[in-house]
Amino acid sequence: MKFIGHLDVMRYFQKAIRRAGIDIAYSEGMSPHMIMSFASPLGVGLTSDGEYMDIEIHTPITSAQAIEALNRVGVEGITVTQFRQIGETKADRGMTLVAAADYELTFRSGCKPKGDWQSGISHFFAQKSITVMRKTKRSEQETDIRPMIYEMSVNAGTVFLKLAAGSAANLKPELVMDAYLASIGVEAEPFAYEIHRCELYADTGSNGKRRLVPLGDLGTDIE
Amino acid sequence: MRKLALDDTILLSIEKPARYIGNEVNAVMKDKDSVDIRFAMAFPDAYEIGMSHLGIQILYDMFNRRPDVWCERVYSPWVDLDRIMRERNIPLFALESQDPVREFDFLGITLQYEMCYTNILQLLDLSGIPLAASERGWECPVVIGGGPCAYNPEPIAEFFDLFYIGEGETVYDRLFDLYKACRKEQTSRREFLRRAASIPGIYVPSLYEVTYLEDGTIGSFVPTADGVPETVEKQVEMNMTDAPYPEAPVVPFIKATQDRVVLEIQRGCIRGCRFCQAGMIYRPTRERSLDCLKEHAQNMLESTGHEEISLSSLSSSDYSDLAGIVNFLIEQFGNQNINISLPSLRIDAFSLDVMSKVQDVRKSSLTFGPEAGTQRMRDVINKGLTEEVILDGADQAFHGGWNKVKLYFMLGLPLEEDDDRRGIAHLAEKIACKYYEIPKDKRNGKCQITVSTSFFVPKPFTPFQWARMYTPGDYLGFAKTVNHEIKAMKNQKSIRYNWHQADVTLLEGVFARGDRRISAVIREAYRLGALYDAWTEYWDYSRWLQAFENTGVDMDFYTLRERGEDEIFPWDFIRIGVTKAFLRREWNRAQASEVTPNCRAKCSGCGAAGYRGGVCIENKG
Repeated sequence: MKFIGHLDVMRYFQKAIRRAGIDIAYSEGMSPHMIMSFASPLGVGLTSDGEYMDIEIHTPITSAQAIEALNRVGVEGITVTQFRQIGETKADRGMTLVAAADYELTFRSGCKPKGDWQSGISHFFAQKSITVMRKTKRSEQETDIRPMIYEMSVNAGTVFLKLAAGSAANLKPELVMDAYLASIGVEAEPFAYEIHRCELYADTGSNGKRRLVPLGDLGTDIE
Repeated sequence: MRKLALDDTILLSIEKPARYIGNEVNAVMKDKDSVDIRFAMAFPDAYEIGMSHLGIQILYDMFNRRPDVWCERVYSPWVDLDRIMRERNIPLFALESQDPVREFDFLGITLQYEMCYTNILQLLDLSGIPLAASERGWECPVVIGGGPCAYNPEPIAEFFDLFYIGEGETVYDRLFDLYKACRKEQTSRREFLRRAASIPGIYVPSLYEVTYLEDGTIGSFVPTADGVPETVEKQVEMNMTDAPYPEAPVVPFIKATQDRVVLEIQRGCIRGCRFCQAGMIYRPTRERSLDCLKEHAQNMLESTGHEEISLSSLSSSDYSDLAGIVNFLIEQFGNQNINISLPSLRIDAFSLDVMSKVQDVRKSSLTFGPEAGTQRMRDVINKGLTEEVILDGADQAFHGGWNKVKLYFMLGLPLEEDDDRRGIAHLAEKIACKYYEIPKDKRNGKCQITVSTSFFVPKPFTPFQWARMYTPGDYLGFAKTVNHEIKAMKNQKSIRYNWHQADVTLLEGVFARGDRRISAVIREAYRLGALYDAWTEYWDYSRWLQAFENTGVDMDFYTLRERGEDEIFPWDFIRIGVTKAFLRREWNRAQASEVTPNCRAKCSGCGAAGYRGGVCIENKG
């Protein structure tokens, strides 16, 4: 499934919703489209079990029914695990709320750097600032990415990362790993990382204090 | 989880990796140990093109209904993956199981257009199957071709063990049963092929011998083994309503060219245009019943989740209950946000009315296919459409709010003269004038008329199969005449003109009517790097000219020569119902600009009535 790009995943769900017979709402206008949005597009090559999308429906359906119907018409590799009701305003949308994401990063077999590459991670994370060159669409520019790294640790060859995500600040896990490896003098091969997204979070904290809650926890099951 | 044939680093470094991973909705998975026959069904072009093809979906569904057969799909790897597979010796694989094609029992290759021929060699080559059928034993799949180009299989005969001539619905079961019996009896491959040759519709090229006369034309074409028939009978599904139809077609992850449900309402065409191969080889015209179409439409939309449904046929307006099916689709699905697409409709009051219901008039364009610029020429090609009908249709459409019109023509038709070419410009101009006759306040800005011409390729089994072609220079001259005349029109600013490449046309012409000697050229061009010839960005004429030179084959013999009345054609051993005598009669009528009525208006005795069905028996109780 990781080879299906974001737009095609969306197309997949548009058709799956039709097959499942879920009465989704459409936009107005000459070419109506389903009211559907993803919290955070997943890049090609990444796997995940923490993806969220919002849809608007007309006819009520219970969470259990919707999950059953969508999985019955689905393919191996895409499973709907939750179907919950959320608020109706723009501020309730996953896309608006998403603030952080968890990732697990491992090395593809045969691509692991030689020697001890793990023990430097705690020191790297302990730094006050980590400056890297970030490419934007137009230019390259120096950025301190440290404020966007919320957690970074390693356990038995798997690197865990909690990173800023969403429209305000977004950091890609491969960028962090590249920066770390560069700091210990290693350059990773192309496609060396296998990256798995574990969860997406909203920030419900106040006064600059972060309080991350999985997006799914914000809704309620429909009985 | 299935193990993919390509590793992640390859899939992440190529364009559209989803082309190669299978696992799409409605793809059929089976246990390979529980089946007797593994069939790899290949479309020799990119995934998005191949996935749009209805015929393969029909056969895929039909084969997989048999518990002892597992049919999987194969498409041409795109050039980026092609390079990697060659560098690393990765064998071509089927999408469902991801297993190498070479391990299969059959490799079926659909032949939809001539310009895919080098991609056939790519499929064989990447699979590790010898290009020549004569070099294959039981360690290789049986390579079988089918589809419209199989009506003259000779240019690619060397590469195939078998061809299936005609519609796939009829004798595949017999072929599969024979295959199982032969493998069980442990017969030789040649013995299997010999027995297969006696199944109607199956052509085994290795069991026929061709001799040539001094002038290069065919002297004889005869079977070389006992029990092998002299002629091969085209297969026709005579009961369209009960024929298998894929209730749950495969739904690609990536957007295919045809991203919609396709409803085949009928096969064949009653019109008898003299240039059109489909109009002859699919005779007699046969319809599916309205009830069966309603059921298929419903089932397929439910099983795929597509948001669009399209009618498919050579001429939808000739379906006897067009209003029935169109109104059903509009009433049933119009309010479910499902688009209804109605191609190949004749422009008249009815079609304008339904089109205004299913599409945005301001954005959509109307399509006319007059095919020729003057009435004389339209009579030559037997295109019933008159100028009056075209102008009247355009006028109604303009009053209905449309302001975009597309017009399709052919250039290089037999008996065509400069007047006919200039006539294209005049017709476009008259249509533009119709638009500007409407008072300014009642029309919607300027009108946009797009004129497109393609160069005519004479095809086997058509009244024009005797016709000559022209040189690339001639063709471009024809297009220039049209262009020049359009520029001289008063409303030239409202008329856009597109024309096709001329050199591809020549190659298509060679393949369409070529004989066995052409296979050497295809092989040589492939060796020189020809691939994806149907794609402008990979098309290289010089490579083909080189291939002709290297093999000593004279291209002009196949293109520039008008054929003699008694000439034996490479495809004459195939019986399509329509007789050569009828085609010759039509050729002669063309010379006299005589129109032949359509099948419903009056039977012209083409020979297709021998199939005892469809339009041939419609009003005869």
